[in-house]
Amino acid sequence: MDNSINLSDDTLSKIDEVVPKYPEKRSAALMVIHLVQDELGAVDDASCEWIARRLELQPINIKELITFYPMLREKPWGRKHVRVCRTLPCALRGSYGTCKTFEEKLGIKEGHVSEDGEYSLEFMECLADCGQGPVVIVDEKTYENIDGKTAEKFADLLIDGKLDESEDFHSYEDSLTQETKN
Amino acid sequence: MSVSTPKERRIILKHADDPNYSNRIGCYLREGGYENLKKAFSMQPGEVGEEVLKSGVRGRGGAGFPAGMKWKFLDRKSGKPIYLICNADESEPGTFKDRQIMYKDPHQLIEGMMITAFAIGAKQAFIYIRAEFHEGARILERAISEAKKAGFCGNNILDSEYSCDLVVHRGAGAYICGEETGLIESLEGKRPNPRIKPPYFPAVLGLYQCPTIVNNVETLCNVRHIIGMGGEEFSKIGKPNNTGTRIWCVSGQVMKPGYYEFECGSLTLGQLIFDVCGGLRPGRSLKAVIPGGSSAKVLRADERFSGTLKDGTEFDWGLEDIPLDFDGPMAAGSMSGSGGIIVMDDTVDIVEAMANVNAFYAHESCGQCTPCREGSLWMRKISQRMCSGGAREEDADLLLSVAKQIEGRTICAFGEAAAWPTQSFVTKFKEDFIRKATDSPKERDPKSLQLI
Amino acid sequence: MIAPDNKEMVNITLNGIEVEVPNGINAVEAAALHGKEVPHYCYHPKLSVAGNCRMCLVEMGTPMRDRASGEPILDEDGTPKIGWVPKPVIGCATNITPGMHLKTESDLVNECREGIMEFLLVNHPLDCPICDQAGECRLQEFATDYGRGYSRYVERKNVKPKRTRLGPRVTLDDERCILCSRCIRFSQEVAKDDVLGFVDRGSFSTLTCFPGKELANNYSLNTVDICPVGALTSTDFRFKMRVWFLKESKSVCTESSAGCNTLVSSREGTIQRITPRRNDQVNDTWMTDSGRELYKLVKAKSRIRRPSFQGSDLPLDDAISQAFEALKNKKIGVVASCHSSLEEQFLIKRLVEETGAKVFIRGHFGEDDGILLSADRTPNLRGALVAGLTNHYPSDHLNDLNESLADGHVDALLVMGEDLKESGVNEDHLKKVPLVFLGTHQNSTSDCAEVVLPGLTVFEKSGSLINRSFFLQSFDQAIPCPAGLMTDFKILARLIDLFSEDSIAPSELDQIWEALSSSENSVLKGITFLKIKKGAIQLDESKWEHLSFVEKEALHYLPTGVIAS
Repeated sequence: MDNSINLSDDTLSKIDEVVPKYPEKRSAALMVIHLVQDELGAVDDASCEWIARRLELQPINIKELITFYPMLREKPWGRKHVRVCRTLPCALRGSYGTCKTFEEKLGIKEGHVSEDGEYSLEFMECLADCGQGPVVIVDEKTYENIDGKTAEKFADLLIDGKLDESEDFHSYEDSLTQETKN
Repeated sequence: MSVSTPKERRIILKHADDPNYSNRIGCYLREGGYENLKKAFSMQPGEVGEEVLKSGVRGRGGAGFPAGMKWKFLDRKSGKPIYLICNADESEPGTFKDRQIMYKDPHQLIEGMMITAFAIGAKQAFIYIRAEFHEGARILERAISEAKKAGFCGNNILDSEYSCDLVVHRGAGAYICGEETGLIESLEGKRPNPRIKPPYFPAVLGLYQCPTIVNNVETLCNVRHIIGMGGEEFSKIGKPNNTGTRIWCVSGQVMKPGYYEFECGSLTLGQLIFDVCGGLRPGRSLKAVIPGGSSAKVLRADERFSGTLKDGTEFDWGLEDIPLDFDGPMAAGSMSGSGGIIVMDDTVDIVEAMANVNAFYAHESCGQCTPCREGSLWMRKISQRMCSGGAREEDADLLLSVAKQIEGRTICAFGEAAAWPTQSFVTKFKEDFIRKATDSPKERDPKSLQLI
Repeated sequence: MIAPDNKEMVNITLNGIEVEVPNGINAVEAAALHGKEVPHYCYHPKLSVAGNCRMCLVEMGTPMRDRASGEPILDEDGTPKIGWVPKPVIGCATNITPGMHLKTESDLVNECREGIMEFLLVNHPLDCPICDQAGECRLQEFATDYGRGYSRYVERKNVKPKRTRLGPRVTLDDERCILCSRCIRFSQEVAKDDVLGFVDRGSFSTLTCFPGKELANNYSLNTVDICPVGALTSTDFRFKMRVWFLKESKSVCTESSAGCNTLVSSREGTIQRITPRRNDQVNDTWMTDSGRELYKLVKAKSRIRRPSFQGSDLPLDDAISQAFEALKNKKIGVVASCHSSLEEQFLIKRLVEETGAKVFIRGHFGEDDGILLSADRTPNLRGALVAGLTNHYPSDHLNDLNESLADGHVDALLVMGEDLKESGVNEDHLKKVPLVFLGTHQNSTSDCAEVVLPGLTVFEKSGSLINRSFFLQSFDQAIPCPAGLMTDFKILARLIDLFSEDSIAPSELDQIWEALSSSENSVLKGITFLKIKKGAIQLDESKWEHLSFVEKEALHYLPTGVIAS
């Protein structure tokens, strides 16, 4: 089996599982791209070609998707990726300040990755949690009400690697689990 | 306010904030879950559809089209397989209701979907969920596998002859995937360029050119309750032509933003903002409200709205009097859309607010058709320049003209979504736009709220 | 393609006037039938409908009907009430239904066009004077018709890649691209080579190939033809010539039996390019890249420009006399050609009858691409059948000639351009017999010919050819022939006259056709050259149905015995 891009067995088996779920192979494109990107951090040209072969498509068919969707990447983000919502509801609650704080604390401009590859910052469009803006997503966890001022402490904890254990910030996802024990 | 504000009536979000309720199947079953699926399976598929038609339930995704009617348009003569897609791409700025359902009560959606699939005779069903809902997708996957084990989904549902697989499909961060034909293209593994209609109406030529129903998360959840209580009974909730409850998502500059579920038409915009959401911050006054997600036309706090409703009654409303249902905001020249209410107080620079919205639509335009592709970016460039010290007096009229050249001329409704905010902001706050050119300082006040 | 193939005529009202159009065709085509141009960019009659440019917006209404009874609702004056769609609709995706009303000239429609034109130009470079598309640019044309005349755009234009090599023959300027997707659809739907795509999105969408891949298929230049703006240009033709200096002549591609209709563009006697000419029954609007290169043969090094006798140049008349001298009183073998025009083949047949010569003919074959390059690599094999030069399907060699030369049944040769050595004829045999060669390019046979008569290329003469579907098609002379030469059939007529004592062979097209069409049993009966010039003529092919033609199923071609799906 062609594994020229060195995917793990786990990813390969997930891909094998997801493709037959669709009546047509091409439909699995986004899901396969996600799986590849989750492991490799980005989908470079070699990965495009691999995915295209896997789905019996042309590589341009995959490239067209990678470059269309903001969440798909040709180059990886940092090991910690911070997303701040830019759109009106969050902006009305100060998300431009939030982004600025992160830019200062992480020492990078939005849309960029730090030189050591540790952090990246993205000022992006609506994340559908507008009631508790400004919304910040770190990797896959959503934090609410992070205005410019709050973001200072938040960023410090993030940099110190202590965000997860902090009492001050609970992600939307973690709050859920705590509330919903059986 | 003469009439006292009603209490929330939570049907869809009944368990959303219950600390003793989890998103696992055990909890759902304890609360009577999947009983309505059993009820539906004891009926004929056509009867299920009739109940939904009778309920009068209108789509909760934004357009407000009656769901039962949508199902009727399905092409059953072609003999091609039928597909059901749940639009869980929740991406209209200001909207965050579907998130609550999927994260907190996913089985409700699955039950609604399986009833719908049974009613329309779907061969396969998909949930198209926006990819930023990482955990949401996992929760749904787990819920589906729980439902499959219990026989509520997948092969031989409830030991019947009917099988329907349910697949969670993740998007990748594109607003346009909320447009149903863009979503279908995306689900086919292509760039999500919306399709031309005619001929590509999903109910006839949808996914894989087969008849397809695309419904919003909240709409599909309502199906579950319609079958539970019967279409007739459901239609008594809310008001005629505005049946059921609606989840209003309030964001922006109010004291208690959040999601609130009320019977349709049971309260006014003023009651929601000032009573339910605790009003504005101390010392602030209301400047503007966008009543149905950022694509809806903005309403100005001191506007008067008058005219005649569909049923013939005349109205003369202030902004606070607008009844919250489908028809009220529509009568006021805007729309209730997806239920996302964005509140702006008097500290807001209205030109910047519009520039923020323009930037969103320019970023999200798929770029397929000319007016939207070029017009949305042009509007963004104009408004951005206006906010960076380069405003000209003629810019207001230019913006209006550009927006007019987009509206009604695009492949999909994105054109209107991009044009309406500009048209309404400029028309209703023209003095703010002129002032930007005449006596606005070239540098912004660093203490003021930045929106662009 | 959305519009069904339907010949039923229905009445519609176009700009207030009732007209008749075929049911189901789209509004762009329907309006065009009655002289109303609906401007468009993305719509192309031979590709799927994309509907993205929005230039063809028109107003549309249909007769209203009572929902309950289905009866038409009438206006006060008794005419059907028209329900106008509140928004303009795109003409390309609006299919005609009986009674439809269309407005292609209203204020709203003009306003729409003006708006779209403005949008298309805001990020488009306005350097028309140095753009290669100038003169055949739809943006220029419609800007003249519908443009505002001044710019309201003061922002910065988007920046995109310029002068990208998209493939060996196509160059791309992304800033000029209006994202109509014609080239992408062509590559997917016609060329079946899905290499083009858009990357990025919104106004920043950019046409490209995947890194390392190229638009290199044999149909790549069609993307240049259908590009409505100056984004895709032919690397060969780019910046060679302003198109308004070009003279266009109708021709037919001689690359294979597909018989693509072409336009040959020349200036002052020099061909600059060949492009496809629309024929819905033959090549739609397409042709191969390789077919476009054929004009280079006109000035090829190996071109025969002078008549010669035993290696020395001499006037054409003298050369013809020498040819007669070489052939007279001999057992002549004539090597006819499937490359010759039907008129030339007819005169060869005449010569054969006059001299009692034996005819030999071979075919030339290659891979069939299933589109417009057919396995039969000659343009007129069927002409040879119709002219009666052979009753058999030609094979790819001349072994029978070899035998005839060996056993002395043939002791002189007239060869129409073929390379005999390459056709399996022993060189030693050739050295023994006088050989007259009539052809355009030098080869091993012309090299050993006693008399060489220069032929003309398809671009330098007029005539007709019969393609794989038995369509009889004419081609016009595009450029003058080299000085001192004359068209092949005139040479043949002169030669016949030398052999014949009592008649004069026809030496003008009309005369040849008079003869061709007068034969009672011929499939050409009643045809004149003028008729062919007016349009391809489908010939009755039943006489040759039993032959095993080599062509595969392809665009507008089904092999005999294959049932259309």
